[in-house]
Amino acid sequence: MSDVLGNPTIPADASDSLAVLEKQRSTAETFGIPLAVLLEITHRCPLQCPYCSNPVELDRSGKELTTEEWKKVLSELAEIGVLQVHFSGGEPTARKDLVELVKHASDVGLYTNLITSAVLLTRERLSELADAGLCHVQISFQGVEEALADRVGGYRGGHHKKLEVAKWTRELDLPLTVNAVMHRQNLHQLPDIIQMSIDLDADRLEVANVQYYGWALKNRAALMPTVAQLDECTHTVEEARERLKGRLTIDYVVPDYYALRPKKCMGGWGRQFFNISPAGKVLPCHAAESITGLDFESVRSNHSIAWIWQNSDAFNRYRGTGWMKEPCKSCEFREIDFGGCRCQAFALTGDAANTDPACALSPLHETIFKQAEREAEGETNRFLYRNFAGGTLESENGA
Amino acid sequence: MAGPRNISVSETSRPVLPRHAKLKYDETRKVWVILAPERVLAPDEIAVEVLQLCDGERNVGDISDQLAAKYAAPRDAILTDVIAMLQDLADKGFLTEAREKTS
Repeated sequence: MSDVLGNPTIPADASDSLAVLEKQRSTAETFGIPLAVLLEITHRCPLQCPYCSNPVELDRSGKELTTEEWKKVLSELAEIGVLQVHFSGGEPTARKDLVELVKHASDVGLYTNLITSAVLLTRERLSELADAGLCHVQISFQGVEEALADRVGGYRGGHHKKLEVAKWTRELDLPLTVNAVMHRQNLHQLPDIIQMSIDLDADRLEVANVQYYGWALKNRAALMPTVAQLDECTHTVEEARERLKGRLTIDYVVPDYYALRPKKCMGGWGRQFFNISPAGKVLPCHAAESITGLDFESVRSNHSIAWIWQNSDAFNRYRGTGWMKEPCKSCEFREIDFGGCRCQAFALTGDAANTDPACALSPLHETIFKQAEREAEGETNRFLYRNFAGGTLESENGA
Repeated sequence: MAGPRNISVSETSRPVLPRHAKLKYDETRKVWVILAPERVLAPDEIAVEVLQLCDGERNVGDISDQLAAKYAAPRDAILTDVIAMLQDLADKGFLTEAREKTS
């Protein structure tokens, strides 16, 4: 999900009179307050997707910020210049106060987006959210048909419910984005997912290949696509973008193991993105807590959010280029991709200051690439489901 | 379900921003912005002026009249520019037309 958020997509055809703000800011702007912030208001979720972007160590409900604390956060964000907030999780609708939070966000002038699995929503609650000022709904889909989709999500009946909620979303005249996280076991359904998005009257489709940290890294052998699958996926996306111009916008995230250049993760550490965890930690990316040795400040501390963004050690640690080692340090691309993803560098090399192995210049690139290829050709399809217990292995018969 | 997506802007259209596109003055950055799903657009001064007149009541002809009077500029040229700008916005999915009460 939020890999797309972290790499703000820029329409190629932005005309002169309607320039895209991120684009204007991307080179000149340094560490101004981000335009959009991701709020992970809970880690609770009825689904158990094996590639969940939440950390492996989830925040329990007792640690979650209270309604009043979230409202204070929303007011503060609006005050310092944040324009959009994404209510995410976990499953944000698992919070009983979601309508109240959306209402408060609207009242203080924030543009609100709901990133949801949809399975807990009723038509009445969705309607209340719309009345509270919700601007946009993004629903995740795990496939196009019940058997596979419900198996990936580890939630029986989920797919059917999602289709229903997507329909209500459009009936309430809310714009809809379909988020499809793609991997080896569902990539063959991509053409049908595109058609499903059209049938659901969505405006946007995110084709987000799994990024391998946290839960997804644990499940890499079951999820990694083959190079051939990925080529076909790219081809399908390109063809559909052309065919559906003006009808469906498709954002596309490739799995970076197969790229030569690493992704400009989060637009660069601490440059244009932060998120707030259920317990109130202000993080440079939703996976940042996987890097040990960093101390993340909380909104419960005495510091303001603006102070944390500008001055805290965690945000400054990998900001800019001063922290870099070779080959990043002298690389001509150092300000293009900022050395890739810090969480991935940490997960695969043990040091977040190393070059992301997704980069062809990393000494580990070849090894990682070969390993991914091998895993992709393998037969390991069993998932380790995401839960508060540290994961549960799928049974042999897939239940 | 929503009506046809691709609207064609003409002199008689009564354009309005859809609920998912919000025109707002950003006090922090001192610029006008259009907030949309996963996008923040920065319209230029003229676009802002036009969009502020797009209330679903005025049609494109009315808007052009008003701007022509304000800037003492030829109406035809203004009309052409306004239609082009609004069409561009419509093609991006950030403009809709006020619906007639009848029909």
